[in-house]
Amino acid sequence: MLVLGIESSCDETAAAVLQDGRKLLSNVIASQIRIHEKYGGVVPEIASRKHVEVIVPVIREALEKAGVTLDVIDGVAVTRGPGLVGSLLVGLSMAKALALARNIPFVGVNHLEGHVASAFLAEEKPSFPFIALVVSGGHTNIYVVQDFDRMGLVGQTRDDAAGEAFDKAAKLLDIGYPGGVVIDRLAKSGNPGALSFPRSMKDSLEFSFSGVKTALLTYMKKRESPPSAREMPDIVASYQEAIVDVLVEKTLRAAEIHAIPQVAVVGGVAANSRLRARFQEDAGKKGVRVCIPPPVFCTDNAAMIAVVGHHALTRGRKDPFDLNALSRWPLDTL
Amino acid sequence: MKLISDSREQTLEIGRRIGNALAPGDIVALIGELGSGKTCLTQGMAKGLGVAENVPVVSPTFTLVNEYPGRVPLVHLDVYRLSGPRDLEDMGYEEYFYGGGVVVIEWAEKIRRILPERTLVIRMAYLDENTRELIIEGPPGTMAELEKRLESGGSNSWR
Repeated sequence: MLVLGIESSCDETAAAVLQDGRKLLSNVIASQIRIHEKYGGVVPEIASRKHVEVIVPVIREALEKAGVTLDVIDGVAVTRGPGLVGSLLVGLSMAKALALARNIPFVGVNHLEGHVASAFLAEEKPSFPFIALVVSGGHTNIYVVQDFDRMGLVGQTRDDAAGEAFDKAAKLLDIGYPGGVVIDRLAKSGNPGALSFPRSMKDSLEFSFSGVKTALLTYMKKRESPPSAREMPDIVASYQEAIVDVLVEKTLRAAEIHAIPQVAVVGGVAANSRLRARFQEDAGKKGVRVCIPPPVFCTDNAAMIAVVGHHALTRGRKDPFDLNALSRWPLDTL
Repeated sequence: MKLISDSREQTLEIGRRIGNALAPGDIVALIGELGSGKTCLTQGMAKGLGVAENVPVVSPTFTLVNEYPGRVPLVHLDVYRLSGPRDLEDMGYEEYFYGGGVVVIEWAEKIRRILPERTLVIRMAYLDENTRELIIEGPPGTMAELEKRLESGGSNSWR
């Protein structure tokens, strides 16, 4: 079965062709980061307008790279939510048009379920059940994943998402956008133990990142002069370590509590090199297996949407043409 | 009205009392730098509006808007990532502004032009690690109600 996946929920316009649920024939991503850079974030109106401009070329390129034409595609999988409705509608309308024109089924996919399923694009694939940490600019969630469609939330953030904590810190330190990427790069030459930042909610699977953000603000206000370029790596490495510590510790604790010695780390922040290294290191010590997809499948992509779509389509699901985009769509309501 | 909060807990309590005083259709504009306590104050307001305790009120920076059912529904907007009122118009903000809930807007200075006159404006400032200053301005009716609710006593020494 050949599935065409389409993703347009936020920054990225993406398309992918997946064969038989496991063989990825192509994976094309057009990013709007440069456009959003000057605004310091996503601007919905610009986002949806850019999606409209690039969606056709992106799909065409995905088909070309896969060496196929639309005639042999068996079904379309598209992100239905959560996300910016204006952006989602661009992908959703395109999927409906293709399905209608080619008389093939299409299915609307939950973006978060897509991230969880991206674990199957890792070299080391998980098997059910497993614990999934979905960590991005908008989410910091721990799920117990029993199967596709069966994911229970066991931990989430009480305030900021981890990716947001990176973005806001980068803004505070005035070091650029996207914050996570800049911090990852700078932290490599810094000492993670140089400064001490708080690790909050130690005894729970819930997250809170507003405290570490405020601690950084306090540190900056107390300084007599702004940090020099030489000091910056130590500051961001220490700040990053506080966030990474909490993410690793709570995810491994969830694995222990639920007696599931297997974790998947997915979502944009899973591309962070320190987080990847620490997970490999700490999980190994506890005898827990870790699956982290390559960075290209951590940030938003359509391959992960095609993986979920493949499973829905093989079970005979076919969504109606009046399917709506959903700005909010918690995973436990699938 | 000017208040000084000495802790996160006090900011939550001030928020709760403000939430108690709010009515459907009220709009609250929050203005203040990163880390000045805007989300914390909103979490307090959610309590005062009767949003269930087990529902986490999280930062809407990424999602732009979060909605919570309560005694009065809470619409929590964050316009930090928007370039201005135009973007909010594209999001269909009227639906939120006139939808019968209480609307709390973080980084409201970015959209000042489209804020109704009846908006309750709360300016928050970081004084030190634990201390925040809150300056509240709004229509006389709402302010009188707030004065009453925010009268501090016992351990509530935020004046």
